[in-house]
Amino acid sequence: MDAYLVAILTVAGVYVVLALALNLQFGLTGLINFGVVGFFGIGAYASGIATETLGLPFVGGLMVAILAGGVTGVGVALLSLRLSGDFLAIVTLGFAETARLVFNNEDWLTGGPRGFIIRTRPVMSGLSRDVTAWAVLGLVAAAALITFLVLRRLADAPYGRILRAIREDDLVPSTLGKNVFVYRLQVFVVGSAAMAAAGSLYAHYVQTITPDNFTTPVAILVWMAVIVGGAGNMLGSVLGALLVTVLYEGSRFVTAGISVLDAEQISALRFILIGTVLILTIRFRPMGILPESQRRASASVPPTTP
Amino acid sequence: MSVPLLLADGLSKRFSGATAVDAVSFVVESGQIVGLIGPNGAGKTTLFNLLSGVLRPDSGRLIIRDRDVTGLPPHRLARLGLVRTFQLARELDRLTVLENVLLAARHHAGERLLGALCRPRATAADEGRLVARAREVLSLVSLSAHESKPAAALSGGQKKLLELARCLMAEADIILLDEIAAGVAPHLVEKIGQLVIRLNRDHGKTFVIIEHNIGFIRSLASRVVVMASGRVLAEGSFTHVAANRTVIESYLGQAA
Ligand SMILES: Nc1ncnc2c1ncn2[C@@H]1O[C@H](COP(=O)(O)OP(=O)(O)O)[C@@H](O)[C@H]1O
Ligand SMILES: [Mg+2]
Repeated sequence: MDAYLVAILTVAGVYVVLALALNLQFGLTGLINFGVVGFFGIGAYASGIATETLGLPFVGGLMVAILAGGVTGVGVALLSLRLSGDFLAIVTLGFAETARLVFNNEDWLTGGPRGFIIRTRPVMSGLSRDVTAWAVLGLVAAAALITFLVLRRLADAPYGRILRAIREDDLVPSTLGKNVFVYRLQVFVVGSAAMAAAGSLYAHYVQTITPDNFTTPVAILVWMAVIVGGAGNMLGSVLGALLVTVLYEGSRFVTAGISVLDAEQISALRFILIGTVLILTIRFRPMGILPESQRRASASVPPTTP
Repeated sequence: MSVPLLLADGLSKRFSGATAVDAVSFVVESGQIVGLIGPNGAGKTTLFNLLSGVLRPDSGRLIIRDRDVTGLPPHRLARLGLVRTFQLARELDRLTVLENVLLAARHHAGERLLGALCRPRATAADEGRLVARAREVLSLVSLSAHESKPAAALSGGQKKLLELARCLMAEADIILLDEIAAGVAPHLVEKIGQLVIRLNRDHGKTFVIIEHNIGFIRSLASRVVVMASGRVLAEGSFTHVAANRTVIESYLGQAA
């Protein structure tokens, strides 16, 4: 059971990074990215190819993943030119599907449906199985913490104020001299790079990746995490991701006891469970468990008037 | 003769057949307060959209200080010193009143990605200085008491004042006000008028003001441009245009 807990928390940590990145893009800036899973997958494969095919160490793989995610982010962003609402949603959706087809069909590079085996571990070798598992969890938790601290800093800074303004009504910051396109581009690229970093961590944790690891259900969980946690609130995304993964992974054990159902029914049941949580949250806390806070940097400047 | 601050040269804009702005030309000299009047649907707001880069003209040119700025996006025009308010106030609901004003600040280290991440001291220093200035601006428009409320909580008139506050924060030279007094309590309208005069006289700000309140225009504008059906009908001093027969007809014919 201890090993299961470590496993669940490690996956949860990866989802925390994904949810934080999506929260930067959607929660703060209002960018609808339905291609989360595409960036996640590109990071995973890029990191795997860098370490296994090119022989780089894990850190090199992580860097290649971040770079690949960022560059792909620029490409997708420029494709949907002004990054405006519905168009971005459609382009990112198409991008995720294209990425999955590439993972599936370019066998020479990705191993295709048979999967891609990754032997490079993100922690030093020669440790016992248990210790390695804990060390990987520690690494993922550290990555999640760093992502949280960096993105919260952005959100609380005047930079984050402009992102929220863009989300509310982009014409206003634009007529006040802010280059809205540049902000959207930066946010999209930073978020995509973080999603790819999550992919790298995930790949070196699970050690075998297949195109099936990068399908729509992953993106749905990440979106639910952001919305349940509270869009616009970074701590909310951490909480949402933990809640959603613990429920989803944890329900594996509960549903495993129900022997009358087959695997597919059980998988559906787990999504029904998560969906119920989402509906209840929206019903009773429409802004999420932790709504976007009002307390920000500007409010901490004391009044000058007596 | 100095170069005009703003020059519109034959600006036109069509919306699916209907011409909202039809070859409009006029000049705004630095330090002027120009009133822009005309019946509803005359094309005044559309003209502001062309002047502020929100819409691209189908034809014509826009010149600011001798520089052709036709087709530049709004943020570039704002950086050249031209800002505007919106006829239907566009407050940012989930930002506080203070944040709405701070958004208009220029030269803020914390508004850059790397500044926000790597230069906490410069960010805090700029924020402190700009918060102080934003509070001054808020007190000018009598919104100080509301600074930490979400902008959604303001009344319609207060939202108009917030629009004005953002323009003042932006350190612009040319300020376009679109029906800024509509829906604002009378004593505040008077206050806005005094503010415009003071900013114009003491700080050399140039204004173009769309307003239906003729008394407001009469007391402020040194020059009036009258539009009807997308065209400039007349321009000159208030008394000059007020005596113009076609102006009286088009205005009273539709507005009354
Ligand atoms: N975005 C738009 N699309 C189509 N027609 C528009 C649009 N904006 C304005 N118009 C039309 O252009 C004309 C001028 O409108 P407007 O500039 O708002 O006039 P005013 O501000 O003088 O009342 C009106 O007939 C209006 O219906
Ligand atoms: Mg109008």
